[in-house]
Amino acid sequence: MLEISHISKTFNPDTVNEKKALTDVSLTLASGDFVTIVGSNGAGKSTLFNAITGSFIVDQGKIILDHEDITYQKEYIRSHFIGHLFQDPLKGTAPHMTIEENLALAYLRAGRNYKFFSTVSQAEKKTFREKLALLEMGLEDRMKQPVGLLSGGQRQVLTLLMATMVTPKILLLDEHTAALDPETAEKVLSLTKSIIEENQITCLMVTHNMKQALELGNRTLMMDAGNIVLDVSGEERTHMTIDGLLEQFRIQAGKRLDNDRILLSV
Amino acid sequence: MTSIFSLSIVQSALELGFIYSLVALALFISFSILNIADLSTDGCFTLGCAVGAMVTMAGHPVLALFAAMLAGICSGYVTAFLQTKMGVESILAGIIVNTGLYTINIAVMGFASNVNLFGCDTLFSMAKESIGGEWYKLLIVAIIVVVIGLILAYFLNTRLGLSIRATGDNADMVRASSINPGFTITVGLCVSNSLTALSGGILAQYQKSCDINLGTGMVTIALASLIIGETLIGKGSVIRRLLGVVIGSCLYRFIVALALRLNIPAECLKLVSAIIVAVAIAFPYLQKKAAALKQRRCS
Repeated sequence: MLEISHISKTFNPDTVNEKKALTDVSLTLASGDFVTIVGSNGAGKSTLFNAITGSFIVDQGKIILDHEDITYQKEYIRSHFIGHLFQDPLKGTAPHMTIEENLALAYLRAGRNYKFFSTVSQAEKKTFREKLALLEMGLEDRMKQPVGLLSGGQRQVLTLLMATMVTPKILLLDEHTAALDPETAEKVLSLTKSIIEENQITCLMVTHNMKQALELGNRTLMMDAGNIVLDVSGEERTHMTIDGLLEQFRIQAGKRLDNDRILLSV
Repeated sequence: MTSIFSLSIVQSALELGFIYSLVALALFISFSILNIADLSTDGCFTLGCAVGAMVTMAGHPVLALFAAMLAGICSGYVTAFLQTKMGVESILAGIIVNTGLYTINIAVMGFASNVNLFGCDTLFSMAKESIGGEWYKLLIVAIIVVVIGLILAYFLNTRLGLSIRATGDNADMVRASSINPGFTITVGLCVSNSLTALSGGILAQYQKSCDINLGTGMVTIALASLIIGETLIGKGSVIRRLLGVVIGSCLYRFIVALALRLNIPAECLKLVSAIIVAVAIAFPYLQKKAAALKQRRCS
């Protein structure tokens, strides 16, 4: 599904602020893979996501998504088929537009057969309502309210629904529950899980919670200094413990993991 | 009420209110929705007026309105081109276009600073013959505004319209979704400027003249109408907000009529509009500051 081969990215090259964000990263995902990513601060997790979504063009390498070379494709064209959720729950929805309008926008822009002047029909609005009702957050009765009135957790759930309403080729979750309170985070996470399973979405998820990283999905990556240093899946992953993962990281990266949030949440 | 406003004053206030409400609707798109202060509005209004006047003079009063809109679209496209493709700050782009339009407007009027349409067929003279009575002018402008309003209400809920609204509402979201902000800003400014120019084109026929300085201060006046409407009618659905803008524009004309009635010189009106806009925009900020101050005192 996703084939990343030997991509590199250096920010501010040839200056004192030079930062090698990604160095020769390769990664292949099969269709339906649900991969969790952990790594130290500045390891390149978000940069990897941004390379996939196209917020910058990589210096070297190739990115192929569903047999299509997207290495040089413009960001707004790729995002037709890439879902991207951020840590900040305010980033994914338009606050002054109503819930219904936000959903309509997500629905109309993701569907390829919609023209500039397409609108959503009453029947489609009804399906929005049904999908919102499945979230059990009472949002289905607030369709006409501006999204700015919702809580962070509700907005993140709405963003998730918007990103997956038309099934994306790949879903990128960048610590999308990290800014929420534990209870809401738990809820958003279980919804994420069920939506991904139900639609068989290929997904990459960054998390700082090691337990989560091992429990969710079918494969776990660890990143450090712009590289993927560890890639566990299958049998090996089933038997992996958090301590085992940290030990492996120490061996592979040649140093201890230094992400405070990860260590605090262990 | 009747002693201050005679029926004819109410009538002309409504007529002008409807005509100028198109500029307020234009700023609703550029200022409220896209979050861009489009300072080419003054020049674009005069452009619409000049083009409208010249085509009317050539004997095509209906075509004149479409010609004015087309001219407005071109003007909006240049403003958008400067900010999306040339990296010019949005405010500066508007000022540059506004300055350039002065020459173009004079040129459109045959290098004269004003033109008169006396004796020419206009939309209104045609309506007078076919409809007659006292209210035909109001009827004509009201129909135009209602049609434009309905089209806008529909447009703002289409895929393109929703994308334009999201562009001004959440830049982060737009970056992560399949919206090309350069494109939505361009379309938004073209639509908005076409309405500004249409308003100018109607005014040319309404007052049977066009003057190079007609548009001066138009952006402030339209903003005042917009803010009056948003304050009184509030935010809500698109239809409600559009309605608020039109009502705001009519109310502004009533304020002007009242001021004239109280013998305030017409020259002072621009100052009054400027103060309304400055106070209205500063008000939410001052409110927040006052609340913070109160909290500090209490603690």
